[in-house]
Amino acid sequence: MSTVESPSNVSSNADLAAQVANAKAVLDSHTHETVQWHFHESTGSPFWLQKKKELKFDPLTEVKCFEDIKKFPLFEDDWLRGGPVNRWIPAGMAGKPTYVFETGGTTGTPKSRVVIDDFRIDYELFSHTLPDEFFPKGANWLMLGPSGPRRLRLAVEHLCQYRGGISFCIDLDPRWVIKLIKKGWMEHLEEYKRHCIDQAITILTAGHDIKCIFTTPKLLESLAYGLAERGTSIQEIGITGIFSGGTEFTPQWTRFCVEELLGGPSDEGGVFMTPTYGNTLMGLACSRPIGAHDDYTIAYYAPQPRAVVEVVDFDDHKQVVGFGKTGRAKLYTLTKEFFVPGFLERDEGEREQPFAKYPWDGISGVRPFHGIPGGTTVGVY
Amino acid sequence: MITLSPLRWGKPYKSLEFQDVIHFETGAPIAKIGQVNGGMVQMDIRKAPQARAALKRLSSTELMEKVAKAAHLFETATLSVGDGQQSVDDFVHQQSASTGLPEHMCRGNMMKNAFVLHNMPKILDCLTRGLDLDIFSRGYGEEGRGVTVSFQCQSPILGAVLPNNSPGVHTLWLPAVALQVGLVLKPGSQEPWTPYRMIAAFIEAGIPAEAFCLYPGSHDVGSTILGKSPRAMIFGSAQTVQQYAGNPRVQAHGPGWSKILLGDDCVDQWEDYLDMMVESVLSNSGRSCINCSGIWASRNTKEIAAAIAERIGGIEIKPPSDPTAQLAAFTNPAMATGTWSMVQQDLAESGVTDMTAGYGTRLVEHERCAYLRPVVVHADGPTRAVAMKEYMFPFVSVVECPQKQMLGAIGPTLVGTALTTDSSWIEELTDAVHIDRLNIGPIPTSKLNWLQPHEGNLIDFLFRSRAYQIAPIAVRELAEAASNS
Repeated sequence: MSTVESPSNVSSNADLAAQVANAKAVLDSHTHETVQWHFHESTGSPFWLQKKKELKFDPLTEVKCFEDIKKFPLFEDDWLRGGPVNRWIPAGMAGKPTYVFETGGTTGTPKSRVVIDDFRIDYELFSHTLPDEFFPKGANWLMLGPSGPRRLRLAVEHLCQYRGGISFCIDLDPRWVIKLIKKGWMEHLEEYKRHCIDQAITILTAGHDIKCIFTTPKLLESLAYGLAERGTSIQEIGITGIFSGGTEFTPQWTRFCVEELLGGPSDEGGVFMTPTYGNTLMGLACSRPIGAHDDYTIAYYAPQPRAVVEVVDFDDHKQVVGFGKTGRAKLYTLTKEFFVPGFLERDEGEREQPFAKYPWDGISGVRPFHGIPGGTTVGVY
Repeated sequence: MITLSPLRWGKPYKSLEFQDVIHFETGAPIAKIGQVNGGMVQMDIRKAPQARAALKRLSSTELMEKVAKAAHLFETATLSVGDGQQSVDDFVHQQSASTGLPEHMCRGNMMKNAFVLHNMPKILDCLTRGLDLDIFSRGYGEEGRGVTVSFQCQSPILGAVLPNNSPGVHTLWLPAVALQVGLVLKPGSQEPWTPYRMIAAFIEAGIPAEAFCLYPGSHDVGSTILGKSPRAMIFGSAQTVQQYAGNPRVQAHGPGWSKILLGDDCVDQWEDYLDMMVESVLSNSGRSCINCSGIWASRNTKEIAAAIAERIGGIEIKPPSDPTAQLAAFTNPAMATGTWSMVQQDLAESGVTDMTAGYGTRLVEHERCAYLRPVVVHADGPTRAVAMKEYMFPFVSVVECPQKQMLGAIGPTLVGTALTTDSSWIEELTDAVHIDRLNIGPIPTSKLNWLQPHEGNLIDFLFRSRAYQIAPIAVRELAEAASNS
């Protein structure tokens, strides 16, 4: 089990501008280190060392800061389809126990990412953002989300173990869910959802002292209805904290969830819920505290410097839009295990200002990119 | 600009998401409507029994008085609607501006809704075949022949997914309130006006607000209402009707394919019925399921089609405020162009003649909307595809078909007006299960008698007749008799 330091606490009266500048310096230095690692013959992966030959610049000498990373062409996620998967393992990590995780609910040849420790590091960092009051140390968890060859199940289990608990889980195959939708088998879809929720409720009411849950927005809603049908609620069965992600959160839905499914705002006795944004490629972006104070705006901040989210112009991905303006989400992953020098996500949103806890750019109002061709199935589970 | 908030058991809900209602010609926003999500509906519907309980606190007589008062308010008063005040003129302007219907048609639909409310006691008397409404309230009672009857309410609420562009259909759900059944409505995104004003009138008249929900929102709201309401109605396409066919919990209203059938005994006097035929095709800009889309006769069909074309082919587009305007706009121009493509496909078939071809362009495109001017088509036989078509503008196929083949060929018909005195044919028409409303004689298909059921009796939909026996001696008396012996 790896350990990481918790993010430094930023005093409320700290100079935000200085914090932003400091974060940028850290990011620049981290970017330089990461590029050195991935493109040095002794440490880099076969994939990136091969790519290096195609580049018109030398990453080892010409990438000194984060802005320089934009010299790379965009990362194409299709590169992750098919093998050999070992070409992604950096030489500097050869021989270490390695996992392969596949992305979401895609069909056909899946997109695969090798992982050694990143999922543990990402979720340990995330753990430090969770309030102990609602995610008590030692509490048991339920992982109610996509299972199988995905990172999430192991990551949530690690998060729970890192906090001293034991994680229960259920099986959920999002690819089957997508097939059911495409075939129009809505009755089967409902039955499958019920099958998952029934299992979850059985575990939650079996005396395992589960206080925390990971789940997706849609499953959270279904769980609440399932419990309501049995005359109880998420709050009543003893859940105190929910970490949620996987599909889009709207302010309206989040407010509904807080006010009507979770027993009200957490500072008034309700269950705490924290939305997150991320994927297998990037890691986990945390949300700014949500609430009525800002009409339940959901703003995410990437775990810099290991990952970065930019909101870029729809027509020029090298151009970040102004604060409050709308653009496409562009992700960067800068870890020793995985290098993504800019990937255009299938989402859009508004650029958010840095703030004390996360002194770098965020993104709010995340929703499917309007240019996604019709017929793409998103947010199914 | 008015803001319409969702209503959750009578309480306005301040939404965080809004959708604009747009003026069909200028694109300017007229109103913004707060949205809900399907989850809210699902959570709220658990409290549906409270809606009926609230309505049952009023006696049937009291409720009927308040419904009559609501009718008066609906058609005359300035009411609190959303965050503003809405006069009758405001209502008419707003509805016309978002639906594209001429203002005088909006007024006509308003009067139709008010008429149904005003005449509620009479309508329910007819639909219940004269039963005391307290029987429906209490669940059982004495019919008057010494027989106990029981009508068990099947749902404390009636859910309804309302249409976008047909303000006339609201008459179908209005009687539910008078039967002490609450309303859970999803207003159409372009026509929120009638349900909002109607509910405002009900509440202003003293009907408990907790009996009403208004849920503007996307498809998941509609599917949740239909999935979770024990009784619900939806207005949609033929596909929608097919989807819910055989589902006893959902009454689906779709295209009407309403028709006028001329019997051999009357067909040579067709000119006597021309006004009636034109009214059936043209009223409400041909937008209703009760508009006539097919005129069937064994002979004189070319002449009939030519005469109707002469009457309506030249109708011009006029501003919606013009009291003589007869054509509604397609607020989504793509709907008009798509419809016109389908009509052109129909016209390409041999044996089909465009009788309005000589009256100028049919498709008229404006910057933000489009119009289709009336189309009259002649079909030389019932197998032509156009014989079974219905569109959302004044469109009629005049179909040549021998009388003896007619009933087998017309297909589903919401309103069938038969021009005949042939008693044996009338008997066949009466027995034809694919005709819903049958008019014998020159009654326009668009002229409904609200004292008659429409696509099934609402009473049968909301209530179930069942056995209910009451012992002559109460249980306690029996027990006391046993202990004394």
